[in-house]
Amino acid sequence: MIEEIRKIVEDHGRLSVDVAQLAPSMDLYQAGMTSHASVSVMLALEDHFDVEFPDRMLTRSVFESMSSIEIALGELRGQAAA
Amino acid sequence: MSVSVDRDQEFLQSVRRIADELAAPNADSVDREARFPRETIAALREERALSALIPVELGGGGVELRTVAAACFELGRRCGSSAMVFAMHQIQVATLVRHLDGQAWFEEYLSDVAAEQRLIASVTSELGTGGDLGRSVAAVTPEAEGDCTFEKQAPTVSYGEHADDLFVTLRRAPDAEPSDQVIAIARGEQGSLELTGTWDPLGMRGTCSPGFVVRARVQYAQVLQTPFARISAETMVPVTHILWSHVWLGIATDAFDRARAFVRAAAKRSPGEPPPAALRLSHLMSELSLLRAEVASALDEFVEASAQPGRERLTTMASAVRFNNLKIASSEQAPRVCQGALAVCGIMGYKNDTPFSVGRHLRDTLSASLMIANERIHHTNASLLLIAKEV
Repeated sequence: MIEEIRKIVEDHGRLSVDVAQLAPSMDLYQAGMTSHASVSVMLALEDHFDVEFPDRMLTRSVFESMSSIEIALGELRGQAAA
Repeated sequence: MSVSVDRDQEFLQSVRRIADELAAPNADSVDREARFPRETIAALREERALSALIPVELGGGGVELRTVAAACFELGRRCGSSAMVFAMHQIQVATLVRHLDGQAWFEEYLSDVAAEQRLIASVTSELGTGGDLGRSVAAVTPEAEGDCTFEKQAPTVSYGEHADDLFVTLRRAPDAEPSDQVIAIARGEQGSLELTGTWDPLGMRGTCSPGFVVRARVQYAQVLQTPFARISAETMVPVTHILWSHVWLGIATDAFDRARAFVRAAAKRSPGEPPPAALRLSHLMSELSLLRAEVASALDEFVEASAQPGRERLTTMASAVRFNNLKIASSEQAPRVCQGALAVCGIMGYKNDTPFSVGRHLRDTLSASLMIANERIHHTNASLLLIAKEV
């Protein structure tokens, strides 16, 4: 899943660094993702993974890194499967 | 419980007294001369009101935010500039109190703020950021011996020349992204201000907010480690909008009170039938009620969300939209109420020297939509509304 997330961050995150080189735990905001760009990332993730992030998940900490995004998606998809 | 209720009531009573006895009689000269409301601030210091939000164990008043908001309202009814200076200082204090996260320097600093009633000015806006407080150009720059320096081009620093200390947003390091910000405190002599502009504005004239180049050399310990983005969402943005809106509500309420006094005086002159302005006053009352309701409900929601573990709800986008909306709605509604009061009082309200004058109220509240431009906030909300669910 992390590579799919990476692709979305690359396409929508408007980072100032090379996303391909980014460690999954790296702070995306520190890598230059603005709050406007983070909204684009969230929309693209919802679209790609066919999920809806509830309000409690729409926080900075959830979208802070590719791995935190992966955990959130895992939680949402786990719920959908259950 | 009763001890803290008494403490809050006592604090509010002394602020009310200062508002009536000092802020009100000096409001016109503060406005006319665009001078700092020194009598009011000195009296607030004397009552230890500048440390109201600091916990008792650090020597502060341990007063609830709700009570400080009420104090902003009371001061706003008597002098908008005094109220705004008081509100801005409290925003800085609230931010430090909620985010010091055990940093020893900051605990000691807050004790000093309480003991010495130090007034804190904020240096958040900056040239070159397009008015976006979430971005900085100036950076914390490492120097020898654990010191760091910075230089910031600030287009406005409210009461900068009258403050003891400066609360400054900066990039974390010279190579950090514009949005990777921290807060630093420059104490007294550590900071210097070079005046770069003038101060002759339409309203809020006593806030004395010209531009400055701000330079300082501080210790690293004076940089708050928590990222500003988190501080901003959890505390600074909501508390700013809550306290500002209480100031604007106070000003609008006094404008309404003056309009009501005008109508009552007219009614007494011609008993039997309500004067024509009475109907306008009734319309105005409903406009004021809308403002009151928005300001009160935002405060309630913030207090409730702050009491939850981890304050998680405050970090959501739905919460950002909510408090942004408080800012937009209240900053547009307050001058609307003042203009309505002017329509009720007519020429008696337009003249600057009658008991029904509301010119200062209108001018002061016209600043509201500019303090963090509403259009910028609309841009943010427009984007957040795409993704937030229940707003």
